[in-house]
Amino acid sequence: MLWYVGRRLLQLIPVFFGATFLIYFMVFSLPGDPIAALFGDRPPSQAVILALREQYHLDEPFIVQYLYYVGGILTGDLGTTYSGRPVGDLLASAFPITFRLAMLALAFEAVAGILVGLIAGLRKGKLFDASALVVSLLLISVPTFVLGFVFQYVFAIQLGWFRTTVGPGAPLQDLILPALVLASVSFAYIVRLTRGSVSDNVSADFVRTATAKGLSRPRVVRVHILRNSMIPVITFLGVDIGSLMVGAIVTEGIFNINGVGGTVYKAVQLGEGPTVVSFVAVMVIVYMLANLLVDLLYAVLDPRIRYAK
Amino acid sequence: MTGQTTVSAATSATDAASAPLLEIRDLEVGFTTQRGFVPAVRGVNLTLGQGETLAIVGESGSGKSTTAQAIIDLLPGTGRVTAGQILFEGKDLTTVSARQMQDVRGRLIGYVPQDPMSNLNPVWNIGFQVEEAIKANGVAQGRDARKRTIEVLKEAGLADAGDRLKQYPHQFSGGMRQRVLIGIGLSSRPKLLIADEPTSALDVTVQRTILDHLETLTRDYGTSVLFITHDLGLAVERAEHLVVMYKGKVVEAGRSTDILANPLHPYTQKLVSAAPSLASRRIQSERRPETTEHMDIASIGARDAHLIERADEREAVTTPDIITVENASKVYQIRQGGFKTKELKAVDDVSFSIPRGTTTAIVGESGSGKSTAAKLVLKLEEMTSGSIRFDGTEIGSLSGKDLLSFRRRVQPVFQDPYGSLDPLYSVGRTIEEPLVTHGVGDKASRRARVLELLEQVALPASTINRYPNELSGGQRQRIAVARALALKPDVIVLDEAVSALDVLVQGQILDLLTDLQSELGLTYLFITHDLAVVRLIADNVCVMQKGRIVEAATTDEVFDNPQQEYTRKLLEAIPGANFHFGR
Repeated sequence: MLWYVGRRLLQLIPVFFGATFLIYFMVFSLPGDPIAALFGDRPPSQAVILALREQYHLDEPFIVQYLYYVGGILTGDLGTTYSGRPVGDLLASAFPITFRLAMLALAFEAVAGILVGLIAGLRKGKLFDASALVVSLLLISVPTFVLGFVFQYVFAIQLGWFRTTVGPGAPLQDLILPALVLASVSFAYIVRLTRGSVSDNVSADFVRTATAKGLSRPRVVRVHILRNSMIPVITFLGVDIGSLMVGAIVTEGIFNINGVGGTVYKAVQLGEGPTVVSFVAVMVIVYMLANLLVDLLYAVLDPRIRYAK
Repeated sequence: MTGQTTVSAATSATDAASAPLLEIRDLEVGFTTQRGFVPAVRGVNLTLGQGETLAIVGESGSGKSTTAQAIIDLLPGTGRVTAGQILFEGKDLTTVSARQMQDVRGRLIGYVPQDPMSNLNPVWNIGFQVEEAIKANGVAQGRDARKRTIEVLKEAGLADAGDRLKQYPHQFSGGMRQRVLIGIGLSSRPKLLIADEPTSALDVTVQRTILDHLETLTRDYGTSVLFITHDLGLAVERAEHLVVMYKGKVVEAGRSTDILANPLHPYTQKLVSAAPSLASRRIQSERRPETTEHMDIASIGARDAHLIERADEREAVTTPDIITVENASKVYQIRQGGFKTKELKAVDDVSFSIPRGTTTAIVGESGSGKSTAAKLVLKLEEMTSGSIRFDGTEIGSLSGKDLLSFRRRVQPVFQDPYGSLDPLYSVGRTIEEPLVTHGVGDKASRRARVLELLEQVALPASTINRYPNELSGGQRQRIAVARALALKPDVIVLDEAVSALDVLVQGQILDLLTDLQSELGLTYLFITHDLAVVRLIADNVCVMQKGRIVEAATTDEVFDNPQQEYTRKLLEAIPGANFHFGR
């Protein structure tokens, strides 16, 4: 098992270089001049442009720019944005916020989703099940920005339970409302996945045998139904950690959160190679670690899944 | 009790002084479906005394399993008891609360389910699943529970139980898993054990060891057993008392031997004549008068006379071989983690030949290589070495057009009538498909051929527009046979083609196959684990064990005078084979 984890971690290295190279190339190929974009309508003097070009190696060929960048990473320097701020700083301020938001959303969707899905699956065809299906369908079909504005209006403006936007430093209580919005669609999917998987397992032979052994209903549900139903849900959660961590542009926009999504969006518009590439590289790593975690959880949940020693 | 005596011959035959352990009175069970309420059990009465064994026999859908599940309130889905009583030690189980029922399950009434593959939770280890039952029923706690777990498993016949507690179900063979389930069922020494087809998913030899073991255990503990089975031979052999169920009703009840010797209800009579293990004894008896003294029910069923006649005809003529297999071997490379591989000889230097117009059976346990041998003959797998000649041509080198024409002449029918038909294809399209693939005829003539085939397999022409899910297992297997016949083949390879079917349906399909053989001059290669079926249909038998043919002879020679220890073991394992009817 250790060997397996080690091998998976080693795989991160080539993937990291492959991903950064590709992203760097794509940003390089974007049309438009980053310096011109930076100054907008009032172009600076030719001397300033040249100085900036040289500072950011924009006059060099692509491969040289990339090597400068990789060299920087290896010495701990992620470069600077065109406005002079170190990319490292930007990462350090944006990722913790997104991380908190993502974890909050994940906790909400996992706990509530599995619970609702489990009850719906056990009571298939009953009122609770039918309502859960309708609500989840609604959540899936309503676009995030609509739900975001509705939540903001109802819970923050009308009821005053939360602050309308997230304050500086993004304290946890301010993030609850955006986390709910962010989690809503995944919550709906988890309800449906859990429900389907539970209702399959309820009629499984081994569940009947477990009951025939004389076990109580709660124990049968907990030990023999829930655990067996978690595999598809865990898969989904794993993928979702990835997508939550790369940020949510719409939700961040509505609640004015300075997270990863918005930062990357701005950087792409400005053509800031180092910023985009650093952020995406971190995202790729987060994604891969989340996948590794899911694969390890599989082995814990289902002994039939064996890894080569 | 007054109305009971007539139906429950079971009690009257035993010690009348001992109060019955289980008494079912006028039980009615039904399911709510979209088309309304469907009764499954209609007024069943039965009585089981202390320490007795009672078997409920019937085909699938007869309500036998539903009756058993009703006892411990494990009816699937919408099923519920609508009337009647289930008296266990005098208490009516249909009225107890869920909490009380939980105490009955496991502790007082043990349950051994049908399919060992699906009845253990794949994500928990064996030790956990046994220990859980022991703890839940208050037999032992803590460290004692672990000790008791090992004891239970050892009693159930897992000698190395201590070392295997941490292993998971997928690391156990089917027979081992069934032992675990029996261990769980008996772990708290219940007064009654419900065994619902406990061995129907297992090989015939494994079945025998497990049932022998179960019998010893229940006798030692004085446990009563309610045995559910579709196999009359098995029921007669294992239980003193029989209850025959048909369409939700008890049609006959009494001592097993009495019922077998003198079946009163027409359904029981049909069942007795169709049970392959018993029927095969009858064929033998008519052929060899010296053995008839044991059997006085030998004359039932006109089909047997017909079969015997045909068998005599076959013996008279000698025919050229259509398939000759010489020294065929098939070796698989098994991956063992990393780059290591192990060789597995699935088929090891096998030679046999099949005369045209006859039936050759290959028998053996699962893993004996019999199915691989069939795949080699079908050229679905490539031989590793050896030669197979079909009608004089070596099939190893066939390709392109020649291969296609070989496929046209050699057709398969597989075991699972549910899995081998495409659920999205109508019956007509399924049967027509080989004709389309081989470019036979035009649309109109193909349709005519499909209708002709449906008639040959005795299905109504209206079946053409139906879909597999609307048909029964027997009907589906008829369609599989029709599809195999579509191209007018010379040889049909039947891989366990009747193993998944009920005895009566099995009999019908075997009849159909023999009729088709005489009508169309077909040659069959019949792969099966069931020697009883072999007796009915085969001219020659090859017995396979671990990839080799250990015995090959005519059917009569193999049955009357088995040369190999292994063959004798297989023969003895036929349920009911050792049963003497006259006693």
